[in-house]
Amino acid sequence: MTFDYAPAPESRAVVDIAPSYGLFLDGEFVPASDGKVFKTVSPSTEEVLSEVAQASAEDVDRAVKAARKAFEKWSALPGAERAKYLFRIARIIQERSRELAVLESLDNGKPIRESRDADLPLVAAHFFYYAGWADKLDHAGYGANPRPLGVAGQVIPWNFPLLMLAWKIAPALATGNTVVLKPAETTPLSALFFADICRQAGLPKGVVNILTGDGSTGAALVGHPDIDKVAFTGSTEVGKAIARTVAGTDKKVTLELGGKAANIVFDDAPLDQAVEGIVNGIFFNQGQVCCAGSRLLVQESVAEELLDALKRRMRTLRVGDPLDKNTDIGAINSAEQLARITALAEAGEAEGAERWSPSCELPDSGYWFAPTLFTGVTQAHRIAREEIFGPVLSVLTFRTPAEAVEKANNTPYGLSAGIWTEKGSRMLWTADRLRAGVIWSNTFNKFDPASPFGGYKESGYGREGGRHGLEAYLNV
Amino acid sequence: MSELTGRLAVFKTYKLYVGGKFPRSESGRVYEVTDSKGTWLANAPLASRKDARDAVVAARKAFGGWSGATAYNRGQILYRVAEMLEGRRDQFVAEVAAAEGLSKAKAAAQVDAAIDRWVWYAGWSDKVAQIAGAANPVAGPYFNLSSPEPTGVVAVLAPQDSSFLGLVSVIAPAIVTGNTAVVVAAEDAPLPALSLAEVLATSDLPGGVVNLLSGRTAELAAPLAAHQDVNAIDLAGADADLAKDLEIAAADNLKRVLRPTPPNWSADPGTGRLLTFLETKTVWHPKGT
Amino acid sequence: MTWRYARRYAPLVTMPITVPAYGKEAAGRLASMADVTADDGALRRFLHGLPGVDEVGLQARAATLGTRSIKTTAKAYAIDLAISMIDLTTLEGADTPGKVRALCAKGVHPDPTDRTAPKVAAICVYPDMVATAKEALGDSGIHVASVATAFPAGRAALPVKLADTRDAVAAGADEIDMVIDRGAFLSGRYMDVFEEIKAVKEACARPGGTSRSETGGGSAAHLKVIFETGELQTYDNVRRVSWLAMLAGADFIKTSTGKVAVNATPPVTLLMLEAVRDFHAATGVQVGVKPAGGIRTTKDAIKYLVMVNETLGEPWLTADWFRFGASSLLNDLLMQRQKLSSGRYSGPDYVTVD
Repeated sequence: MTFDYAPAPESRAVVDIAPSYGLFLDGEFVPASDGKVFKTVSPSTEEVLSEVAQASAEDVDRAVKAARKAFEKWSALPGAERAKYLFRIARIIQERSRELAVLESLDNGKPIRESRDADLPLVAAHFFYYAGWADKLDHAGYGANPRPLGVAGQVIPWNFPLLMLAWKIAPALATGNTVVLKPAETTPLSALFFADICRQAGLPKGVVNILTGDGSTGAALVGHPDIDKVAFTGSTEVGKAIARTVAGTDKKVTLELGGKAANIVFDDAPLDQAVEGIVNGIFFNQGQVCCAGSRLLVQESVAEELLDALKRRMRTLRVGDPLDKNTDIGAINSAEQLARITALAEAGEAEGAERWSPSCELPDSGYWFAPTLFTGVTQAHRIAREEIFGPVLSVLTFRTPAEAVEKANNTPYGLSAGIWTEKGSRMLWTADRLRAGVIWSNTFNKFDPASPFGGYKESGYGREGGRHGLEAYLNV
Repeated sequence: MSELTGRLAVFKTYKLYVGGKFPRSESGRVYEVTDSKGTWLANAPLASRKDARDAVVAARKAFGGWSGATAYNRGQILYRVAEMLEGRRDQFVAEVAAAEGLSKAKAAAQVDAAIDRWVWYAGWSDKVAQIAGAANPVAGPYFNLSSPEPTGVVAVLAPQDSSFLGLVSVIAPAIVTGNTAVVVAAEDAPLPALSLAEVLATSDLPGGVVNLLSGRTAELAAPLAAHQDVNAIDLAGADADLAKDLEIAAADNLKRVLRPTPPNWSADPGTGRLLTFLETKTVWHPKGT
Repeated sequence: MTWRYARRYAPLVTMPITVPAYGKEAAGRLASMADVTADDGALRRFLHGLPGVDEVGLQARAATLGTRSIKTTAKAYAIDLAISMIDLTTLEGADTPGKVRALCAKGVHPDPTDRTAPKVAAICVYPDMVATAKEALGDSGIHVASVATAFPAGRAALPVKLADTRDAVAAGADEIDMVIDRGAFLSGRYMDVFEEIKAVKEACARPGGTSRSETGGGSAAHLKVIFETGELQTYDNVRRVSWLAMLAGADFIKTSTGKVAVNATPPVTLLMLEAVRDFHAATGVQVGVKPAGGIRTTKDAIKYLVMVNETLGEPWLTADWFRFGASSLLNDLLMQRQKLSSGRYSGPDYVTVD
């Protein structure tokens, strides 16, 4: 007999998904103007979860008008009153966090352990944090009485659907803006549930509008002449298109885009924790994280030991049903994303890197990719340069700290980086030289509403989180 | 023009300032610079795309050292620039008066304001991190500190309407925080800028930190806005149409773009420009024994 | 660093053949690392060259493992496994033969209403109770473990500690739970600690012919080395002392006496499991781990088993290589066991007070 963990599925019964959803526009759910709908599926089973409205340009216009109308009163509310709405929302999220976690795992494919222990607590924390700012903006360092911008058009990705919503909506509302938010095409449900939370919180109609749809909806939103602010999290390619769209306008823009983070392990690293950090860095959320530590830079003198330990650790990763509480790695979000990961991994092999995965059985239906390690990777390989956005780690080596920094910075991206060393001065020296917005030293993939997040170079601009995150929504 | 009875003045040959050196334009071309009444003042180098490219290379090369210098050191050097400006005050007053058609008194006021502004920015070097950074109280056993860092190489289109005060108001905030700059001088009034280069060259400012080009703004701005090794662009000297085109080009590598705003260079500049060309870096580290 | 030694010694120890720490071959494996214990300086350099431990990361990993959800068949398996790994303990000044005999009876048949409940691994007592326990346990197969070496403080002269050990062994103890000299360790006298463990290990030898009913005469008592991690404070110290003890010949490494404020914790135990894993990789020698003190609930015990499972794996998931030093844990395991078989929640009146 062996110690095999029996299935421990979280109950689906805690969440009640309607067969169809409309757009949340001016406080009501309405169908798309042209009646178009699309389906959202569970990536772990390919089961259709619901049918949602595909917002048209006309719907975008109606939503922006609703938000504009709501802006007048919302921005005139005393900050303390806005704060109370946000505190209400934070509390309701906490109350409904189990339901929302299950929903998120169903629609996104991420393991319940993560949606339960990472996404949802951070979502609530983000609303709590920014709620507290709403009546303290005079003290935020942006001068007396900083003003909101107006209507914010927000487009968010599918990797952390509700968390990205929180990152966008909480600071926008706290500062007195109203929003039109478009969730990702493949993960619309938690945003629609959030609309219901707004209803429970008594939020005035039009302050938050949720438009489901595809890229065309997003394009119509960021291109709408009457929005004052564009906030986007997603691919660098789309980010550049948005930057072009808003050129010559007065729209304020923040972009949180791709990354190819280096995770640097020096020979004096705390090895067991480094292994955990590497695993967390690249396999958290199936590696579908813009700040994933997708390039492991390991000092040659410990490379062999570290890789042995990493492989041993990877053998214990449990891939499978996202709703099983013991699952470490869930499903890839979509067939399209799976195809991209697969293609890049094949390119890695074709270019001569050595591929390794622990043996693991993948389910028959759904979109799955085994945790994968590439060794013998050089800076010239595509898998060392392009964002894979999947559970694929490229391992490179270095000999000296200067070489580590040079290789780490040798990318158009600059979102995040990791450093593993027990020597404080080396950590600070390295952190100073890395051109990235978030540096995790002896840790990785940590997030907090008080901590600014955002990138250098082609990883975008602007910061979300912390005092810094207010600036994106104030006319300063 | 010199009096016939006096000695014949020695003219200055105005040159570009790139990488701490004073080259002529690689194009070998110059253009006539006149005063506000159309009287010839000098020939200025007509910088080319290649000069712009060379300037970016020089700025990138200087970035490591300048951004890595201590803030105190950068402040000292900028203050030294102000000292040197003060010493050549009369020259700048004359150049500004000629360039902008101002009375000597009004030109002097512009130059004084410019020197004072330079001093003001110099003092920011070791303070900006304290107003733009933060110790973040995260919900866990982590040290978490956000600090501003320079974004890198900044292309600066100097304002067209304020040949010296405007110029200083866009250069100083970009470089005091550790950025390096490629500056396109006011197209029709480049002489104060080219003279500023002479001051910078003798003020301990490392070569390449500021690179000054004279020529056609639109012609030089286009390659700078599209350049993949430029991190940011200040569009102060661009009109609305040009600014839009440049912003579109700048999207190719997601440059930080500072859009042109209605000019009022004599107003309190605030910290806006200073903070525009900064990145926020947040470092996490566990606290444990 | 450990890994370097792992590579360096790999050819010598003909990996991956595993030998138990108490076996005859273990001494040879340890001899292959004699250079690191050759003198004070070498030992210090070695221990201080071990990879550091990041406290926050270690605790985070232990906490994550603690979120594993062990249900139904896995839970049933884990509960019986945990019961079979218990060193059922009484270490009170007020211990009497009666008390010890009662505990022994409980160890043999933990659940009087259900004879399918497994027996515990050992009964853990003070040296003067060894003979009583031995007699009470008879041929049950349950070991008698005795604390020794001036437990719990360890503040006595070496001859006293050795005499304490020999007494317990002579009385029939199958296992000796010694305490290290924390004072010596914290003041950096690593070699003193090393030599002391070695000396106690020698004192665990049983003169030929003295009975040890199960395994035959002459076999030495197994040595568990207690670190009192709550007093060593830092995780770096715990990793160092783990290696120190294993190099000196410990058969088991054990967290705590149960007599100080902080006893076994998941992170400390995880770290010791990692040290055992690395030591095994370096030498092929298998060493056991025993968290003790503070483990009172089934939920806690299962967290520890998950840590063993995901750090060391199957070979350590037996009472030979993992133990719980506990007293009240057993009743909670039994109540959970009753719940699994009956579907009802049990209560304290349905398990025995001993």
